[in-house]
Amino acid sequence: MPGLEDLYREIILDHYRNPRNRGELETPPATRTEGFNPLCGDEIVVFLDVATDGTVTDIRIGGQGCSISQSSASMMSAAVKGKTIDEVKALTRAFKAMMSLHESSLDADGESGEDPLEPPAEPVKLGDLEALQGVVKFPVRIKCATLAWNTLLQGVEEATAPA
Amino acid sequence: MSTAEEVRTDPLDVAAIKADFPLLKRVLKGHPIAYLDSAASSQKPQVVLDAMTTYYETINANVHRGVYEIAEAATNAIEAARVRVGRFIGAPNPETEVLFSKNATESLNLVARSWGGANLGPGDAVLLTQLEHHANIVPWFQLQAEKGFEIRWIPLTADAQLDLTDIDRLLDGVKLLALTAMSNVTGTLTPVRELTDKAHAAGALVCLDACQYVPHLATDVVSLGVDFAAFSGHKMLGPTGIGVLWGHEALLDAMPPFLGGGGMILNVTLDGFTPAALPAKFEAGTPPIAEAIGLHAAVDYLDGLGMEAVREHEVTLTAYAMRTLTDRFGEQLTIHGPSEPAARGGVLSMAMEGIHPHDLAQVLDEHAVCVRPGHHCAKPLMAVLGVGATARASFYVYNDTDDVDALAEALGEAAHFFSF
Repeated sequence: MPGLEDLYREIILDHYRNPRNRGELETPPATRTEGFNPLCGDEIVVFLDVATDGTVTDIRIGGQGCSISQSSASMMSAAVKGKTIDEVKALTRAFKAMMSLHESSLDADGESGEDPLEPPAEPVKLGDLEALQGVVKFPVRIKCATLAWNTLLQGVEEATAPA
Repeated sequence: MSTAEEVRTDPLDVAAIKADFPLLKRVLKGHPIAYLDSAASSQKPQVVLDAMTTYYETINANVHRGVYEIAEAATNAIEAARVRVGRFIGAPNPETEVLFSKNATESLNLVARSWGGANLGPGDAVLLTQLEHHANIVPWFQLQAEKGFEIRWIPLTADAQLDLTDIDRLLDGVKLLALTAMSNVTGTLTPVRELTDKAHAAGALVCLDACQYVPHLATDVVSLGVDFAAFSGHKMLGPTGIGVLWGHEALLDAMPPFLGGGGMILNVTLDGFTPAALPAKFEAGTPPIAEAIGLHAAVDYLDGLGMEAVREHEVTLTAYAMRTLTDRFGEQLTIHGPSEPAARGGVLSMAMEGIHPHDLAQVLDEHAVCVRPGHHCAKPLMAVLGVGATARASFYVYNDTDDVDALAEALGEAAHFFSF
């Protein structure tokens, strides 16, 4: 049975207590995107500055939520700053794959987690974000961890949409 | 444990009641379950489960049509349930005025769509309160988009009671006041009779969301003075899948049908249909038969306890909980809503300093303490309270001071776990 320490790793609590990139950016030039978790009332605001060459030059996080949603947002902000849109999308894919129940059930069975029919995806380093892996054992909380990322994807769409 | 006094003064024999509920015998994660989420859904006593099983095993048949013995028995059973539920809330004409729906939400939608659809238009107004559940907000917004009437709100005082300072102005030109009798978030009991008198004097009807009220307080729709009352079976020891709408016969008679289909017609031709008389007019399709029979058993069980005793038990337990939690956590814990236990139901929406309700509920789950984190389908109220979410503990007939002590203990563990 998974315990609380699987969910609340120290680095998660650190990001919850000391959230990185908290605040707002001037809009425009930044985009402002809101995300809601209708189940628990959490909301997140992602401010995104994307340069013309497709680099995320700055990101700020607003809103309120539980330790999982807030730490995920904080780690995400640190991870995507300075990355290109393509790198951000790859990172988001990798994070959401980690949050997928299917992947974790394969892991639990001691298998590799790689689908033999699919070529292995380009390796993406999740770094600190791997601390959120334990959330998969608490399925109700997966939406908390992915809220920021879904909002980020929406923000990326808006920031890169033709004017 | 300093609970001897509370146990002695509790009018209910909670140990005996607990033994009637199979689910409450469960042990989770090494702890006996402390079920504190009855405002979302109550547990069911064995007599309710047995009544439904007996129906399926002995008289299972569709109602109102068959002429064979078990179909007639099933018909008699659902009609007996209707009358029994009606008597429970003091309905003057239970045979015609008690409508079975799928839940209180559908009952409120019925009022909005049928009564509201026929009676509301530009220049009219509907008055709601800031305490409302989404079920008594969204149907009015949906109808407003079609009919173009105004929606007004009764504001709240600092301790989440209705602020009636401007009530006469708010009621001016209102055709319907739709309000909760008890908030599912703050437990606030509203002054239903006072507001009904004022609304009627202003020419408005009153629709009561009694979802949190009927399970917990003796209810008499006539002395409350309301015109409609909606509630759910599953919050009052009955099964899911059944709700009730009570309304004055004359009002229901004049309203157009809500859902169309079998059972609700007198006649259908190639040119159209004629609706059936009450209550069939509002019960399209096969009704929740087993659920009505289960609700009948639930109402019998509650009356066996006595609704006055149920209320007294909950006030006693709520007072004990508020005292225990305040003594232990002080300023660290906020309990939203009225500070006086007699002014509220057994619902405690809590905020623990520095711990998000979702995290709080997660730690409580490790101790088999079942509370609900979130906005409780009352986002406008959460905005007024200035919070995104709360962790809500709610009490019922089977809860005792042990459950409250388990809650306090688990909250202490959470405070320790998240101590910065």
